[in-house]
Amino acid sequence: MNIKALLAGITCFGVAGLAAHAGQDAKLSIDGEVLTTQAAAPAHTENLDEIYSGWLFRSGETQALQLDDFDNPGFVFVDQAIDEYSKVDGSAGKSCASCHENVEDFAGLRPTLPRVEGAELVSMEDLINNCRTERMGAEPWKWSGGKMTGMTALIGVQSRGLPMSVAIDGAAAPFWEKGKELYYKRVGQLDMSCSNCHEDNYNKMIRADHLSQGQINGFPTYRLKNAKLNSIHARFKGCMKNIRAQPFKEGGDEFKSLELYIASRAEGLAVETPSVRN
Amino acid sequence: MASGVKPRVKVPKTAAAGETITIKTLISHKMESGQRKDKEGVLIPRSIINRFTADFNGQNVIDITIEPAVSTNPYFEFEAIVPEAGEFKFTWYDDDGSVYETSKQITIT
Repeated sequence: MNIKALLAGITCFGVAGLAAHAGQDAKLSIDGEVLTTQAAAPAHTENLDEIYSGWLFRSGETQALQLDDFDNPGFVFVDQAIDEYSKVDGSAGKSCASCHENVEDFAGLRPTLPRVEGAELVSMEDLINNCRTERMGAEPWKWSGGKMTGMTALIGVQSRGLPMSVAIDGAAAPFWEKGKELYYKRVGQLDMSCSNCHEDNYNKMIRADHLSQGQINGFPTYRLKNAKLNSIHARFKGCMKNIRAQPFKEGGDEFKSLELYIASRAEGLAVETPSVRN
Repeated sequence: MASGVKPRVKVPKTAAAGETITIKTLISHKMESGQRKDKEGVLIPRSIINRFTADFNGQNVIDITIEPAVSTNPYFEFEAIVPEAGEFKFTWYDDDGSVYETSKQITIT
C-alpha cells in the first residue's frame, strides 16, 4: 500500500477507508510468512470495531523496510544481542545461554507479557534483569538501554507471527483496570489521554504525523527518527512529553499496568518484533 | 578492534548461469568520523571502515573506498553477473588494521 492510496481512502470514506484500502493492498509478508495486521477488536476494547497494526499507518518506504529481515535495521541490534546472549557476565560465571540453551525456546513468551508473577506485574525487562541479578550475579541493565532493547528484540522475534494474547483476568485484573484508567485519564498541560489520539482520532493527520491506534505488537521498534530500538516504556514517555505531561518512570507500576492494558487491546494482532516505524 | 562489528550479507543461494543477481551487504560499525569531540572537548580519533571489496572465485567484483562522511552501519547493495558456481568473498578493512571477512557459496541451477 502506498500513502496515496491510504490518503485517498481517508478523503473518500473517512475512517472506514482504512479497512477498505489497507486490508486489500497491504500485506505484511516476511520470508513468505504473512503476519496478521488487522483483526476484529477484542470484546474488552469497547470503543473500537477493528484493530490495526501501526505498520498499516506508515508510508510505503517505511513499510518496505520491514518486509525483509536484511533491510530491517532492527536486526543489526538483534545480531548484537545474539553475541550478548552467550557472553558470560557477573559473579556466577554464567551467560543467558548457560540456563536457556536455545533462544528459540522463548517462542511464545512475547505475546503473553506482561504477566503477573507472585503479587507483581512483570514485563520482559523485569525477567531479564531478574535473571541477571539473581542467577548471573550481574548488574541489571537500564530499562531502555541498548543492551536491554537488543535482548528484548532477540527474545521477542522468536514469537514473531504469533497472536498477542495477554491474560487480563484473575490476578491480572486489578493491574488491567489500573492500566485502563490511565489510558482514559487526561493528563498534562494539553489535558489529553491516550484515547484522544489513538482511539478517537486514529487514521487522521496530527499535523505531519499519521496517528495510529498505538498498538504495541511490534516492540521494541526500530525508529527512523533515532536510528535505534525503542522500548515500549520509552515510547510511552515520548507520548507523555508530547502532551506536556510529567512522564512516569520507565519500569514503574504505572507504565507496566498501561503496557498490560494496551497489549490486551492488540489481542489477535501478530507480534512484529522488531518492527520499523518513523 | 572496534566493538560490536558484525558483517551481514545477503546473496541468493542459487542462480542461473549468466544471471544478474542483487547482493546486499551491511556491517555494523560506529564509523567514528574523527570530527567529533568527547565531553572533555578532546577530538575522538577517526575509526571507520575505509575499504570494502567483493570477490567472486578470486576475481574482483567491486572495490569501494569509504570516506568519513559515510554514516554508521555502512550498507552496500550492488549487482553481479554469476557465470559459474562458486564463492563470493566479502572483505571490510578497518582503520585500526582489523579485517572482517565473510563468504557465501552460490550454486548454478
